[in-house]
Amino acid sequence: MEYLSLFVKSIFVDNMIFAYFLGMCSFLAVSKNVKTASGLGLAVIFVLLVTLPINYLLNKYVLQPGALSWMGESFANVDLSFLSFIIFIAVIAAIVQIVEMVVEKFAPSLYASLGIFLPLIAVNCAILGGSLFMQNKDFTSFGESAVYALGSGIGWFLAIVTLAAIREKMAYNNVPPALKGIGITFITVGLMAMAFMTFMGITL
Amino acid sequence: MNANLKETILNPIFKGNPITVLVLGICSSLAVTVEMKGALVMALSVIIVTGVSSLILSLLRNTIPNRVRIIVQLVVVAMMVILVDQVLKAFAYSIDKQLSVYIGLIITNCIVMGRIEAFALGNKPIPSLLDGLANGVGYGLILIVVAFFRELFGSGTLFGVQVIPNALYEAGYVNNGLVILPPMALILIGVIIWIQRGIQKDLQEK
Repeated sequence: MEYLSLFVKSIFVDNMIFAYFLGMCSFLAVSKNVKTASGLGLAVIFVLLVTLPINYLLNKYVLQPGALSWMGESFANVDLSFLSFIIFIAVIAAIVQIVEMVVEKFAPSLYASLGIFLPLIAVNCAILGGSLFMQNKDFTSFGESAVYALGSGIGWFLAIVTLAAIREKMAYNNVPPALKGIGITFITVGLMAMAFMTFMGITL
Repeated sequence: MNANLKETILNPIFKGNPITVLVLGICSSLAVTVEMKGALVMALSVIIVTGVSSLILSLLRNTIPNRVRIIVQLVVVAMMVILVDQVLKAFAYSIDKQLSVYIGLIITNCIVMGRIEAFALGNKPIPSLLDGLANGVGYGLILIVVAFFRELFGSGTLFGVQVIPNALYEAGYVNNGLVILPPMALILIGVIIWIQRGIQKDLQEK
């Protein structure tokens, strides 16, 4: 039940895009048509699901104050949390590289559809943001971090696919010239975020 | 100062503004614009990080193998962000708490990586430093404009000091709670883009 609540919350209430603006750059740049948008969305879900639990373990057993106590008494007071940015980003960059190579070798058709997006994801704020939020939220179990990763990934996927669908339709609309393109997209995302606010306060 | 250098500095601030024209670095920025104070600190941090990491990577540009350049860039940027974060933790702890994960997210802020890729790796150190600083300023400018309107209309204060007189509240004026919420930040940026493109017609998309 706890997991379900966390899952639903991370999709709708704490949506990566609409509540925290994470991954905005690629969100705005790659949402011109539904097909590529869903490709990027899937890649984000996948990478989040792999990197966030790994970073959870690293945070719990290496970075937190006192996390190194499993190595012996003398390490009990070591606090490496100042290293977390560099460790998280290194893990993300490395995992993205590995995932890219594995997918290329074993699933060429998936690679063909995700191909160009995978390297982009290393610098997608949603991925690093997920790990940093995980650190802030003090998750107590491995399962929680995995559920949170899946939920926020799906939330991101939903957001980019819906925006892409709206933009496809909007191509036929008569938008004022100065607002055309990126301006109207910002306003659309704002209105979508307002719509998502109706989920606020839902508890399961 | 020659014309080229001047162009390097002035272009990112208005005509090629990283947020409104290049649409980079929206990620970590909108959430910190609820108050002027947070926005100012964020803007300063980004200016320092973009400037110094552009300088460092420009100095290293001939020694980095092309294949591993992204990792090298990330390490340099992450190091700068850690320095900024530690300084903030030491001297402005409450603001650091308020900005929470968004300071860390400067690492993946597209402005930093974008300027390094597009400018610092192909130019001499001094122009790269200036380009980084100027892009940080252009980014900070938008941040502060958005924060100004959000704090003024949302809480009736600027830098935490009340500017809307009490008499107005007694007459029935109410703070607009919606402006504090995330959606309005997006809409405000949309409006800023609208105004800018209304003035500079050559930026309009077809």
